[in-house]
Amino acid sequence: MTTSRFTTWLSSYSTIIILSVPLLVLAAVTDLFANYLLVRIVTALFVSLIVVLGMQVFMGNSGILAWVHVGFMGIGAYVSALCSMTPAMKKIAIPQVYPFLLQLHMPFWAAVLVGAAVATAIAAFVSYPLMRLSDAAGAISSFALLIIINSVLVHWDRVTNGPRTLFGIDELTNIWIAVGCAILVLILAYLFKESSLGLRLRASRADYYAASAVGINITLVRYYSFIVSAGIAGFGGGLYAHYITSFTPNAFYLVETFNVLAMLVVGGTLGISGAVVGSLVVTLAREGMRAIENGINLYHLLPFDVIGLTEVFLATVLIISLVIRPEGIMGGREFRWLPKAPKSKSEPAELGAASPPKKE
Amino acid sequence: MFTLEFLVNAVSSGSLYALLALGLVIVYGILKMVNFAYGELIMFGGYVLFLVGTNTGIPWIFVALAAVLGATIISYLTELVAFRPVRAKSLTALLITSFAVSTLLQNAALLIISPRAKAIILPPIFSTSIMLFGATIAMRNILTITISILVLVGLTLLFRYTILGIALRAAADNFRMTRMLGVPADLVISSAFALSGLIAGVCSVFWIGRTASVTPTIGLGPLIIAFIATVIGGMRSLVGAAVGGFIYGLIFSLIGVLLPQVLLDYREAFMFLIVLLILLFRPEGLVRVKYAQERVG
Repeated sequence: MTTSRFTTWLSSYSTIIILSVPLLVLAAVTDLFANYLLVRIVTALFVSLIVVLGMQVFMGNSGILAWVHVGFMGIGAYVSALCSMTPAMKKIAIPQVYPFLLQLHMPFWAAVLVGAAVATAIAAFVSYPLMRLSDAAGAISSFALLIIINSVLVHWDRVTNGPRTLFGIDELTNIWIAVGCAILVLILAYLFKESSLGLRLRASRADYYAASAVGINITLVRYYSFIVSAGIAGFGGGLYAHYITSFTPNAFYLVETFNVLAMLVVGGTLGISGAVVGSLVVTLAREGMRAIENGINLYHLLPFDVIGLTEVFLATVLIISLVIRPEGIMGGREFRWLPKAPKSKSEPAELGAASPPKKE
Repeated sequence: MFTLEFLVNAVSSGSLYALLALGLVIVYGILKMVNFAYGELIMFGGYVLFLVGTNTGIPWIFVALAAVLGATIISYLTELVAFRPVRAKSLTALLITSFAVSTLLQNAALLIISPRAKAIILPPIFSTSIMLFGATIAMRNILTITISILVLVGLTLLFRYTILGIALRAAADNFRMTRMLGVPADLVISSAFALSGLIAGVCSVFWIGRTASVTPTIGLGPLIIAFIATVIGGMRSLVGAAVGGFIYGLIFSLIGVLLPQVLLDYREAFMFLIVLLILLFRPEGLVRVKYAQERVG
């Protein structure tokens, strides 16, 4: 039997279909049958998934630990909020806003895209020199960037309303927009991974020296992927802003970073299937735990209020998952439908980035 | 501007920062892992100060010693429970583990104690000041300088003259070679964590002595300072870390004086800009070491 061209096509894009269909089903079932709270949770899941996928594009393919993406998510959120709020609302929410920002008013989609574009542009502007660094230096520089972004968001009163809550954003991200965007980003992340650029980047992760020896400009491929991933994170931030409708700069700091990192790491950083599975598992664990926590507090089962139990549980899960399966649940594999002879196409599971040459 | 008060303040902060940096770099030197849970060791020390200080009537010096001991033990335990099983895996896994441990400890404090700030009882020496050459100098600063210098001297002696110190230095230089020469890896790493916790405990007394209260998130400040100081001074050398701490104190004080008022809010952003620039142009820090070794699991 010869495989038809259609079968080949189907099998090479099967990952996207296998991952998208359950997400769509989840959205449909939730929208039809679930209550308001559950719809909110599932919408949040799709929005987080976008940011997790953004992170995967860089971290999974380059092997460099990225702390900063939640910062770009914050940039996307603030920029899109500034773009979509009406001038009247902006006057109330950010009393000291710059006059030229006050007049800015555009539709939802334009606002979200501008948010993503600004995040992309900032990433493009600042990140090139940082792409030389890997290992500890790479992680520290990325962490430093997150703190710089947070510090600017907290203190730039005339744009972000400072450390105070920014409120009054219209709730425009519904479950269908969220799932649609998540699937679009999923396709983008998959195509990126399978593109020649993605392949070169993955080669640099597997072996720094061999990759440079065959002529890959590692700094440059890392740079491109970083820009793409920051743009995706910014896009997710824009959707988040129009989902949550009010937030502070600290919504885009260490707690959210932990959340997103946990999703990616538990699922597996190396593939988009890992990002999807991780987001689902962590959301399920977190919401289950939160329900228990709320139940305890509501019915006063314990003599004191329980705060932080969910995070303690998640952190424990993350540590255990790193001990048992550091490469994540998916372990670098993708869900794939193969028409004939099951030939597993797995990659060497390796989390860390290859080190650059060191001067002895 | 450069009065005696300014000088004592700068030296006092500098010596505290030097200690902070040293605690972080002891672990970094061997595992090449930035311990994100380092700040939580200081938080833990603070809660020991709170719990022992308010619930028992023992003299304050023993309360402080209990805090140091507590931080040492918790640091050792995190190594035993979380870091050791992940150690052989990738650096990324280690870093994420340390981040998870940090979140875990922070939220455990939230869960077990309270999200609200808890007041610490401090002896009067922390709030008195003396007149010296016409300047008012807080006793707290003098105490910080004295204890920091004592600890620094103690550590120098430990690193120079004891077998443990020599093994630690050797492991930081070349871990694989050290193991081949018969130094047990687990023991060295555990001692490094315990020592790091001990230093964090000492720092916690003085860090918390500044505000006399402790919150679950108090660890972020000292962690960030230790971070910046080690990058400035050099992540591969103990001397570099200490020097970096003093330089951080100096730069931070200078930025406070030199930066225009509008930009003063962004002081932290500027410090991290310096970090990025140093990582890019002088990744080995200001104090160079003979050779740099990649991480060995």
